[in-house]
Amino acid sequence: MSDSPLFEIKDLEVAYGSIDAIKGISLEVHKGEIVTILGANGAGKTTTMRTISQLHKAKAGSIKFKGEELTKLPPHKIVGLGISQSPEGRRVFGILTVEENLMLGAFSQKKLDKKTLKWVYELFPRLEERRKQLAGTLSGGEQQMLAIGRSLMSNPEMLLLDEPSLGIAPILVKAIFKQIKQIASEGVTVLLVEQNAKAALKLADRGYVLDVGKIGFSGTSAELLASERVQEAYLGKKS
Amino acid sequence: MDIFFQQLANGLTIGSIFALVALGYTMVYGVMRLINFAHGDMVAASAFVGLTIYTQVMGQATSLVAVVAIFFLAAVVMAGVGIILERLAYRPLREAPRLSAVVSALGASLMIQNGIMLIWGPQMRIFPELIPNISWEINGVVISLIQVLILTLSLALMVALYLFVEKTRMGAAIRASAIDQDAARLMGINVNKIIAIIFIIGSSLGAVGGLFIGLYYRGITFNMGWQYGLYAFIAAILGGIGNIPGAMLGGMLLGLFQAFIAGYVSSTWADAFTFILLILILIVRPTGLLGERVAEKV
Repeated sequence: MSDSPLFEIKDLEVAYGSIDAIKGISLEVHKGEIVTILGANGAGKTTTMRTISQLHKAKAGSIKFKGEELTKLPPHKIVGLGISQSPEGRRVFGILTVEENLMLGAFSQKKLDKKTLKWVYELFPRLEERRKQLAGTLSGGEQQMLAIGRSLMSNPEMLLLDEPSLGIAPILVKAIFKQIKQIASEGVTVLLVEQNAKAALKLADRGYVLDVGKIGFSGTSAELLASERVQEAYLGKKS
Repeated sequence: MDIFFQQLANGLTIGSIFALVALGYTMVYGVMRLINFAHGDMVAASAFVGLTIYTQVMGQATSLVAVVAIFFLAAVVMAGVGIILERLAYRPLREAPRLSAVVSALGASLMIQNGIMLIWGPQMRIFPELIPNISWEINGVVISLIQVLILTLSLALMVALYLFVEKTRMGAAIRASAIDQDAARLMGINVNKIIAIIFIIGSSLGAVGGLFIGLYYRGITFNMGWQYGLYAFIAAILGGIGNIPGAMLGGMLLGLFQAFIAGYVSSTWADAFTFILLILILIVRPTGLLGERVAEKV
């Protein structure tokens, strides 16, 4: 991996008021990779994701995508650069229809790309069946599919997925993770935040373990799976 | 029966004005969760701006072109004032506690009201007769050209607004911003721009409402915004604040209600009954008639 990374965070610090949430993390993602950020509740995973999309401003450090510094940009410019996020808790527009949600996903594009819509419907046929339904009436798993589908509508180069398994029936988690793999295999780089470490490591090439605002450990998925610390903390195995 | 139809016509007229003004309250509330108390005073200011455009710019012409130009220019001026208002009074307080923004709104209301008094004086001014004073009597019911015009133009504006919000990309972005601003930003929506658009639409609809008040009642005063603003605000709450069709419905219903109270009880009591209606509605349906729509899982 000698080529320069597609996406790079360097010494990022983020604070909420006087409380430091992220205390200097660095990570990189290369084109075509699936990288996961693991960590317990409150470790700063979602803060990191929100800061990448500039919904929260960094206190210090840099976030670069294809060489462009993101920290100085307003949030609505980020998706246009090719980074799209499916946020924690899905955040679909409940009183809008499924189709309207998907259309909004393409808001940063000059014109709606019919091919992308077709692709999203192929990935998640359930969305096409329910396209006239209000998003708020979907099940949790379907809403997650919609949140991912919506974030794909801007044709991103890199997809940020924040806790796609949160509060979803296990059978749907499996289906959704399968589709994430499919999305990645079609050339979208994926940065995945998960509490479900086992599922995430099965999918990802590499991972970072976030521990109260710092990177505690990083490596390939195989290394992480084998590591005692990860096993103890996230995979529920006692050594 | 004459009274009924007469008050129906009157009620629809003032109801359209309430509805136009109520839309400004409800749209701003929908996206910003803020009651723009200055909105009523903007409506009043519009009548005075229209008066000045009539005397200074149009040379007191009342041709159709001149009248259309007065409406258009007043709407543009008030849209500009609306943008400035949002920039100065509300944007700096976007992240502040709600109470600060409310105080700022009240302050803005007083400033605009006093600004009108400074520029146009404290005495009542007479709004020009831009529309010929024609009326028809049908079976004892008098309907004026002004009433017909107010009703049809208001309905046209409301239909246009509804189509814009429901059927266009920008309209969907407005609805998305009202639901979840951060999620809207993730879509690439510039929420600041959406808020500016909301203020442009709300202020220009309010401006048209202000000119209608001038046309219909003729006498305009610097502090009339308080009264009309309050009625429109009640209309917005009746329909369900934050809900655009709700504001239209609430405005029309409140106009009719006031007209019928005035016709069958007494106009002195119209205010008292208005507030009794408000209290009753809030007891029975706290979210208003159409409520804030919430999609629930079935």
